[in-house]
Amino acid sequence: MAAKGGPVYKGVGKIPDRVLFLFAGLIYAFLYAPILVLMFFSFNSSRSTQVWTGFSTQWYGELLRDDSVLAAFKNSMIVGVSATAIATVIGTFTALALSRHRFRGKTFADTAVYAATVMPEIVVGVSLLVFFVAIQFPLGITTIVIAHVAFTISFVTIVVRARLSGMDGSMEEAAQDLGASPVQTFLRVTLPLILPGVMAGALLAFTLSFDDFVITFFISGVGSSTLPLKIYSMIKFGVSPVINALSTVVLVATMVLIFGGSRIFLREGKGGEQAN
Amino acid sequence: MGLAGLLTPVTIWLGLFFLIPLLLILAYSFGTSNVYGGITLGFNPGNYLRVFDPLYLEIIGRTFVIAAINTLICLALGYPLAYFIVFKGRRWRNVLILLVMVPFWTSLLIRAYAWVVILSGNGIANKALQFFGVTDEPLDLIFTTQAVMMGMVYSYLPFMVLPLYAALEKFDTRLKEAAQDLGASRWHTFWRVTFPLSMPGVIAGSILVFIPSAGEFVIPDLLGGSRTVMTGNLIQNQFLQARDWAFGSALSVMLAVLLLGAIMFYIRRVGTDKLEGM
Amino acid sequence: MQRRDTRISRGRFLKAMGAAGVAGSTLSVLSACQMNTSSTGGGSSGGGPEEKKLNFYNWSDYVAASTIPSFTEKTGIEVTQDFFSSNEDLLAKLQAGGSGYDVIVPSDYMVAIMIKSKVIQKLDKSKIPNAKNVSADYRGLSFDPKNQYSLPYQWGTTGILYNRKEIGQLDATWDAMWDPRFEGEVSMLNDTRETLGAALYKLGYSVNATDPEQLAEANAELQKQKPLLRGYFDSTEARPLVQNGDLLLGHVFSGDAFVALSENEDLDYLVPQPAATRWTDTMCIPATAPHPDNAHKFINHILDANVGAKLSNYTYYNSPNGAALPMIDGALKDLPGYTLPREVFERLEVIEDTGETTREYERIFTEVKSS
Repeated sequence: MAAKGGPVYKGVGKIPDRVLFLFAGLIYAFLYAPILVLMFFSFNSSRSTQVWTGFSTQWYGELLRDDSVLAAFKNSMIVGVSATAIATVIGTFTALALSRHRFRGKTFADTAVYAATVMPEIVVGVSLLVFFVAIQFPLGITTIVIAHVAFTISFVTIVVRARLSGMDGSMEEAAQDLGASPVQTFLRVTLPLILPGVMAGALLAFTLSFDDFVITFFISGVGSSTLPLKIYSMIKFGVSPVINALSTVVLVATMVLIFGGSRIFLREGKGGEQAN
Repeated sequence: MGLAGLLTPVTIWLGLFFLIPLLLILAYSFGTSNVYGGITLGFNPGNYLRVFDPLYLEIIGRTFVIAAINTLICLALGYPLAYFIVFKGRRWRNVLILLVMVPFWTSLLIRAYAWVVILSGNGIANKALQFFGVTDEPLDLIFTTQAVMMGMVYSYLPFMVLPLYAALEKFDTRLKEAAQDLGASRWHTFWRVTFPLSMPGVIAGSILVFIPSAGEFVIPDLLGGSRTVMTGNLIQNQFLQARDWAFGSALSVMLAVLLLGAIMFYIRRVGTDKLEGM
Repeated sequence: MQRRDTRISRGRFLKAMGAAGVAGSTLSVLSACQMNTSSTGGGSSGGGPEEKKLNFYNWSDYVAASTIPSFTEKTGIEVTQDFFSSNEDLLAKLQAGGSGYDVIVPSDYMVAIMIKSKVIQKLDKSKIPNAKNVSADYRGLSFDPKNQYSLPYQWGTTGILYNRKEIGQLDATWDAMWDPRFEGEVSMLNDTRETLGAALYKLGYSVNATDPEQLAEANAELQKQKPLLRGYFDSTEARPLVQNGDLLLGHVFSGDAFVALSENEDLDYLVPQPAATRWTDTMCIPATAPHPDNAHKFINHILDANVGAKLSNYTYYNSPNGAALPMIDGALKDLPGYTLPREVFERLEVIEDTGETTREYERIFTEVKSS
C-alpha cells in the first residue's frame, strides 16, 4: 500500500524534474490537441474542416436530423447494454471461481480467458464471420451481442479478479459461521465487497463494446449498423463537419462517463489492485 | 464441483463463440476455396505454402516491424509519463491518470480521423509549418508511412500508460528511499530498483500495444492511403474482396500463431511470470 | 477451507445456472426477434400477404431523399436501409445464410457470381411492369443476358476527375495518370478490377483479360505508376481531395466527378480512350429474401419514370430508365461526360467475372500496393 497522501519522494536534483514536467506536458498536448482541433471545427460555419469561417451550431442540428446516425446510436446502446449485462454476470462468476484454489477445469477456463484478450481482433472477427456463415445464423444485432460478450467477458473477469485477490475470505467465513446461507453470504457480504470491481469491469465492458469497430465490421447484418460503423462510412464518404459534431458528442459523453465514474476507479486504484 | 459450476457460463460462451470459431478457421485454412464462395474441406497445405510467397512474407514481416516500432515508441513516451504521474503528480495524480483514460476510451476511429483532419493538405499541421517558416509549400504529410506510424502511436499510447501506471503505483516508495539511503545514485536507483519492479507493467503495456498494432487495418487505410499494406489489410482483403476464405484463414492462423509465439518469447526473455498487471 | 467450499458450492452452482439462464434467455429473445423479421415473410411467400416490411441493402448515399418515403406512402411498406462498402462485402454477407435482405444492389460482374453461387432468385417480371422502361442499352448485358435475375438501378463510367485550371485541358487518354509531371498529385481507385483495368486499357487490352502475360504487363505498368501516386482511395474519398486542391487528378466514378464539377468549375471529367469502364449497378432479390413480394414492388417503384428521374437527379449517376431521361436535370446533362456520344459509349467495356483468374488479379493488386 502506498503511504498516506501519495508517495513522497525527495528529488536529488531539480533539473530532471523540470525536464520530466515539460515532457509530460508535451505528451498531454499530443494526446489532446487533435481532439480539440476536431471539436473546434465542429462549430465552423462552413463545410471546411480546415479553414475557420465563423461560429455555428448548424452541424449539430444536421446531426440530430440524421436518422441513420440516431439509429446507429440506438443499436450501439442496445448492443452495449445487453453485452455488458451478460458479460458482467458471466465475468464475475468466472472471477469468483478462478480466484479460489485449483480444481479440474480451471486451467482450461484460465487459458481461454487470457487467450481471448490476446487474440487480435481481426482474427476474432473473421473467425466469427466464418462461424456464423457455417451455422447459417443470420447476421445482425444478435451476432454482434454474442461477439461482444465473447471478447468482453475476459476483461470483466480480469478486473474483478484483481479486486478479489486483495480480499481474504474471513468475512465470508464469519458470515457463514453466523448462519448465513450461501446466497445470503454472496449477496450481503461478497458482492458488496467486490462491487467496485464489478462496476469497473462493467464500465470497461461497455466502452469496449460501444467503441468496437473491427469485430462488428465483419458480423453486422440487417439494420444493425453501430455507431463506429456509421462513423467509418461517414469518414469514407466525404468529409463533412457532421462527423466532427458527432465526434465531439461522443468525446464529451466519454469524459462525463469517466469523470463521473472516477470514484469507482479511484477507489479501485487506492486498493492498489486496479487492473488496466 | 461448485466452483466448476460457476465456470459453466464462461466455458459455454467462450467455447462456442471463441474456440469453435478459431478451430473452424484452422480447419478452413486446410481447405480449398471455391471460386463462387464456400470451401471444400480437406487437407490442402497449399494455403500455407502461399503464405511463404515472398510478397506475403514481406507484408507479414513489415507488419511485425511496424508493430514493434510502435511498441517501442509508446514505451519511450509512456514510461516517463506514467513515472511523472505516479511520482510527481502529487494531488493531481488522479486527474492526470483520468486524462489518459479519456482517449483510451474514445473510439479509435474518431482519433484516427482527427489526424486525417490535421495532416491533410490545408490542415492545421501544414498551416503551422508554413507559419513557422519550415516550408513554403504544403508538405505531403498524410498518406505516408510516417502518418500511419503517428496514428498508431497516438491510438495506442494510452494502452501503454495505464498498465505502467498500475505497476508503478503499487511501488513502495520506501524501497527507493532505502536504496538511496544506502548511497545509490538516482540513475542507479531507477535501473536497479524502480524499473525492474515495474516490469509487469512494461510487459502488460507492450502486449496491449503490440497485439492490436499487429492486427491493425483501419489506420493504414485512413492515414496511409492504402499505400502501406499490413497483414490486417491482407486478411480483410481475402475475406471481403478476393473471396478466398481458405487463404484468409491460413493468414489468420499464421498471424495468431506468430503473435502468441512473439508474446511467449518476450515474456520468457524479460523473465517474469507476473502478468497480473494486465 | 475445504468445508467452506463444499458449503458454498450449491449456492454457487445455482448462481451459475442462473447466469447461464439469463444469458441463454436474453439470447433466445434476441434471436427470436431476428428470426421474426427473416422468417415471417418467408413463410408467407406462398401467397398470403407479407408483413409491410422491406430490408434494402444499398451503397451509401445512393437514394434520393424522396425515393423511400414515396414508396412507403404508396404501399405502406416500411423500408430499413443498410449499407455495404464493396460487392465482395455484399457477397460475404449474403453467404451468411438468411441475410434478411430483400433488395440488394450488386454491380454487373457480381451479378454473374451471385447467379453462379445461387444466392439470388429469379425475378417475376409479371410483378414488375415498369421493367419496360429500361432502355435497350442496359438490357440483356453479358452478366445476365435475359435479365432473369437483375434489373438496372443506375449506371455510370469510371474515368478521370482533374483540375483543368491547374493543368489545362487533357487529352482523353489514360496517359495523364502515368505522367511524372503530376508526381504526388494523382490517386487511383482502391479497387482491384478498376485499377488493374486502367492499366489494361492503357495497354490496349480488355478489362477482362485472363492472359497471364497481359496481366504481368499491367502489373509492371502499375508498379511504374506507384511512385507517382498519393494513394489508392475510394471514389468518395478522392472527390474531396481533388476538390480541395490536394490532388490534381483522381480516378473516380462518374457520379462523384459530377458532384465535384457542379461545385467547382475549375474541374473537368474525362472518359479516356481507347477504352474505359461502364458499370451498371443492378437490383436483385436474394434467394433467402423474407419479403419477395415487397421486393418486386420496390424494384417496380424504382423503375417508375418519375422515381427514376428523381433518383438520378440526386445521385448524379446516369439513369438506365429510358422513360426517366426527359426529366433529368438539364444542368446535369450538360456536364462533360454525362451525355456520351454514341461512338464513345460503344467503346466502353463492362467488367465481367474472371473466374479462377480473380485470385491472380487480387495478388497483383496486393503486390502493387505493398511494393
